Amino acid sequence: MPHALLALAALPAEAHDVMALGQELRLPIALILGLPLLGFLLNGALALWKPDAKGAVSLIGPGVLIAAFGIAVAQYLKLSHLWHDQPELSPVATLWNWLPVGTLQVPFAFQLDQLSMVMLLVVTGVGSLIHLFSVGYMKADPGYARYFAYLNLFVMFMLVLVLGASFPMMFIGWEGVGLCSYLLIGFWFTEKANADAGKKAFIVNRIGDFGFLVAMFLIWQTFGSLDYANVFGKAADASTHLAGGATITAITLFLFLGCTGKSAQIPLYTWLPDAMAGPTPVSALIHAATMVTAGVYLVARANVLFALAPTTQAVVAGVGALTALFAATIGLRQYDIKKVLAYSTVSQLGYMFLGVGTGAITAGVFHLATHAFFKALLFLGSGSVIHAMHHAYHASHSHDDPQDMRNMGGLAKYMPITATLMGIATLAIAGIPPFAGFFSKDEILAFAFGRGEHTPIFRVYWAMGATAALLTAFYMARLMAMTFFGENRTGDEARHHLHEAPWIMTGPLVVLGVLSIAGGWLNLPEFAASLGTPELLHHWLHPILAAGDRVAETLGTAPALPEGGAEHMLIGLAIALAVLGLAAGFFTTLKARTVPAHDAPPEHGFWKVLYHKYYVDELYDAVIVRPLEALSRVVLWKQVDQGLIDGAGVNGAAWASRTLGWLGSRLQSGLVGGYVVLFLVGALYILGMVVWR
Amino acid sequence: MQDFLLSLGYGQWILTALLVLPLVGIIPVALAPASRAKQVALAVTLVEFVVSLGLWWAFDPTDPLMQFSVDAAWLPAWGIHYTLGLDGLSLFMVLLSTGIMPLAVLASFSYITEREKLYYGLLLTLTTGMLGVFLALDMFLFYVMWELMLIPMYFIIGIWGGKNRLYAALKFFIYTMAGSLLMLVAIVVMMFKTFAITGAPTFSYEAFLQASHQMGDAAPWLFLAFALAFAIKVPLFPFHTWLPDAHVEAPTAGSVILASVLLKMGTYGFLRFAVPFFPEVALSPLVTGIVVTCAVIGIIYGALVALVQPDVKKLVAYSSVSHLGFVMLGIWAATQQSVQGALMIMIGHGLSTGALFLLIGMIYERRHTREIADYGGLARVVPVFSLIFVVTVLASAGLPGLNGFVGEFLVLLGSFGRYPWATGLATTGVIFAAAYLLWATQRILFNKLDKLENEHLHDLTPRELWVILPLVAGMIWMGLYPQPVLSRMDEAAKRYVQLVEPGFAPPATALTTPEARP
Repeated sequence: MPHALLALAALPAEAHDVMALGQELRLPIALILGLPLLGFLLNGALALWKPDAKGAVSLIGPGVLIAAFGIAVAQYLKLSHLWHDQPELSPVATLWNWLPVGTLQVPFAFQLDQLSMVMLLVVTGVGSLIHLFSVGYMKADPGYARYFAYLNLFVMFMLVLVLGASFPMMFIGWEGVGLCSYLLIGFWFTEKANADAGKKAFIVNRIGDFGFLVAMFLIWQTFGSLDYANVFGKAADASTHLAGGATITAITLFLFLGCTGKSAQIPLYTWLPDAMAGPTPVSALIHAATMVTAGVYLVARANVLFALAPTTQAVVAGVGALTALFAATIGLRQYDIKKVLAYSTVSQLGYMFLGVGTGAITAGVFHLATHAFFKALLFLGSGSVIHAMHHAYHASHSHDDPQDMRNMGGLAKYMPITATLMGIATLAIAGIPPFAGFFSKDEILAFAFGRGEHTPIFRVYWAMGATAALLTAFYMARLMAMTFFGENRTGDEARHHLHEAPWIMTGPLVVLGVLSIAGGWLNLPEFAASLGTPELLHHWLHPILAAGDRVAETLGTAPALPEGGAEHMLIGLAIALAVLGLAAGFFTTLKARTVPAHDAPPEHGFWKVLYHKYYVDELYDAVIVRPLEALSRVVLWKQVDQGLIDGAGVNGAAWASRTLGWLGSRLQSGLVGGYVVLFLVGALYILGMVVWR
Repeated sequence: MQDFLLSLGYGQWILTALLVLPLVGIIPVALAPASRAKQVALAVTLVEFVVSLGLWWAFDPTDPLMQFSVDAAWLPAWGIHYTLGLDGLSLFMVLLSTGIMPLAVLASFSYITEREKLYYGLLLTLTTGMLGVFLALDMFLFYVMWELMLIPMYFIIGIWGGKNRLYAALKFFIYTMAGSLLMLVAIVVMMFKTFAITGAPTFSYEAFLQASHQMGDAAPWLFLAFALAFAIKVPLFPFHTWLPDAHVEAPTAGSVILASVLLKMGTYGFLRFAVPFFPEVALSPLVTGIVVTCAVIGIIYGALVALVQPDVKKLVAYSSVSHLGFVMLGIWAATQQSVQGALMIMIGHGLSTGALFLLIGMIYERRHTREIADYGGLARVVPVFSLIFVVTVLASAGLPGLNGFVGEFLVLLGSFGRYPWATGLATTGVIFAAAYLLWATQRILFNKLDKLENEHLHDLTPRELWVILPLVAGMIWMGLYPQPVLSRMDEAAKRYVQLVEPGFAPPATALTTPEARP
């Protein structure tokens, strides 16, 4: 293999035809997918038959992923070299023929281009770190092997999602990650609440998947194909014909419905906060860094289609902005440390959609990457805190809630590494320069502002996003203050058991901390060119986004970055909002005397509405879930099925014939067998009548 | 492999052998001691399956017409022949039937403890009847086989069923019989009409197919008679209420065969007879409107009613109504994708619903209850059972990568161009399917284990694993690599699309068939 690799690199660029390269990539791609699959099978077998073999699990679980990451890096090195001369090269590795039916041809094929490469590296890289962290976090759990089996399976499906070369291939991954999410949310399934949360996640996601399916049917009707190369190529060719039309708008809106499910946007976001029922590393991997960003990836992937539908873009950006703001307000008044982070994730995903909806695909993907770093860090850090709290309460036989921030306070003293790293992540998410989140969030807001020049509604979106930035800084500072600063409220006995996490957990945190600081260098803005090469990611993704950009140019919807005074005003405002939010959140929280959860007074006024998440779950339950169940049980089953169809219809007819049959039963013995004979006689009689009429 | 089989003359004797073998097998079952009857029956069904497996290789995927045909005069005065043949529509129905039977027998080993010889004899008779339905190309022979499979199933439910077995058996029998008698009348009328046209009495399928376009005013009535018989069998909403009763009362093997094979006879009948005979009637706006509406109602209604069933077997029964609705939609859309999708669901439903009934039977033998509320938390005590249950449920819910998705996706994709609104509505079925399946799964496998009786259930035995694992393997294989299956049904689906093409008004076809696009 290495020889072939070297030989390839030495050849002149023209010699790399895409077919041969696709052939060549079959093995590495099969390995990248096959290793996590193998991990799933081995760990699954251990879970069933040798659940105590934790050593083997610790080796296999993270091992397969690190190996996959290694292969991914090797492919990155090789392909980035090739892309230097031939950026358009997007090889497709076909493993086998999956759905060949008439003109429909869907091979089981994977595409490795600049966009899927970014996702591949994020998924395997961040995934590896979270697998390592899990070794420490889950060690004591009796379901250790099962946990890693699910986690490995998840990564495999996530890779199918981002590497698939067609919409149906992406859909395999799309539903597969949903399955793993379901299994991992309900990992501790003996608690009904956890099993409920898992089920809710799957079903709500299925509503989105309905949209994805209908979008595929429409794409097939419109383009006669389902693989990316064909669909996007035809869309670009027919752009004048399609642009702004009902078809393309419907396609993209249905695709976006899929995104609202998977990426937890209004109105389908309600499953994500409940998903925190799963183990914390799962929240970091699936419900922050990777799976929930699949919707953003989908929009980025189909950027041509979205560029052709400005109405949909406005919807995507609007839903994103609204979700960013809405979820941030809920985050202000949660006490469960993971719930704060969950609503934060919903909110940050909103930013990504604001970005991709604006047409600033690079900015959206950029924020996807930086968010993966700092939010994974925040979740794993909270996991470290929960781990410590859990042990402390366990050791002191307390039944207090280890996730409630009101029971924390002053933890910086006991776990300084975790506190420091979470502090870094807080600065990153709040948007303090030069931490990663500053650059990516600022770019999204700047583009939204810029597009507002021609489409004024985007100015509103920008204002919503900027407000959400203020709230983000506030709730994160509140989280830090409540958890790590002030008086400790854990309880006198439990306090002595608080301790920092082992190195296998803090190690990955350190790596993520470095990424949270340096992530911004992926795509530095022009104004920060003094720090390094600007717009690396933008140039990297250019071959994927070029067609969409061209469409936006012709339609006049391409967002322009504000320049000069406006630019400086925006940057200054962004920093000011972040600093203001952090300071306000930190000091008001420290000043307010927090009491432990079991002594806490009930919430009042608008705080109560926020604490209860605007009662949206209650609303959905009252308006959709319970009426549907009642309809099914009372009307459809009891009244229509048993009463009308079976009662009046079938048994009514039976009653009529039974009255006739009564005569026959006097001739016969009355046993059921008699009826059979009677029927056969009758059948012959009718037959005879017809034949000898 | 193909050459080897053909050198044995496989093509000439296979279809007859498949019909005769089970009947001959009754003799050793009858002669063996009662306690050995099950082993003998297992051996017979296994031999039958192995013999039938040669069809996979001997079948020529490029031939759209009937293969392995057999034709002999039976009652020549009436033009009744013994005609058999196999094409891409029937190939997988035959393999599904022969494949399910050994599993059904094996699953009965501990379930059936009395009158075993009679039981296994009936199962073997049923095998012949089922295969005959899929193989017969003489309409009289078809009708005989149609009735032949009805009677053993009636006794299986009626003798070895649950508390309310007599009601259920009778309902099943009378309901099906009512439909099939109408069909018999239609067959006889068609025979006379064909006689008038060709001048010779015949019940030949091909002759009927030729003459069916000259039925004149009788065509709508003839179609109606066929359609009723098949719609009851499918069962198409609102003719479905016999199914929950039959499923609930039938012993495990009965439910499995009913779900896996018998429910496919209705849709097979539509594909083979009712629609190709009378495409102008079947695909007229009125009939299309009715059938497609019933199919879509069935999909959603079946799922919603399944959601609230306290009895797990009833839940699966209603889920069948939902699944078969997709098949009907695909048949009526009549595009290459929708028809192959319909066939894939017919196979896939056979695997996954068969597996669900087997799993329910296994847990029923341990706990003697089918009430979902009596379970909960089983995943902790029976992990292997739970794993297989979850995989089966996911296949049934149409998770991509497993078999259910392939069929549903193809049906919906292929139907969308023809009936966009109906297909869009039908697609919501995937949401409801997830709801009823996962809710039931949660209440059976997850939550707290709060019933003492469930504390010490033992996990699946090796015999039970032998029963269930072939089906699981099938689900994964058909989900990931359906291509060999799809390629074998390709030509038959194409032929069906061509046969029914005249049924669509010309302008509609030119605009909406995906095949017609560049």
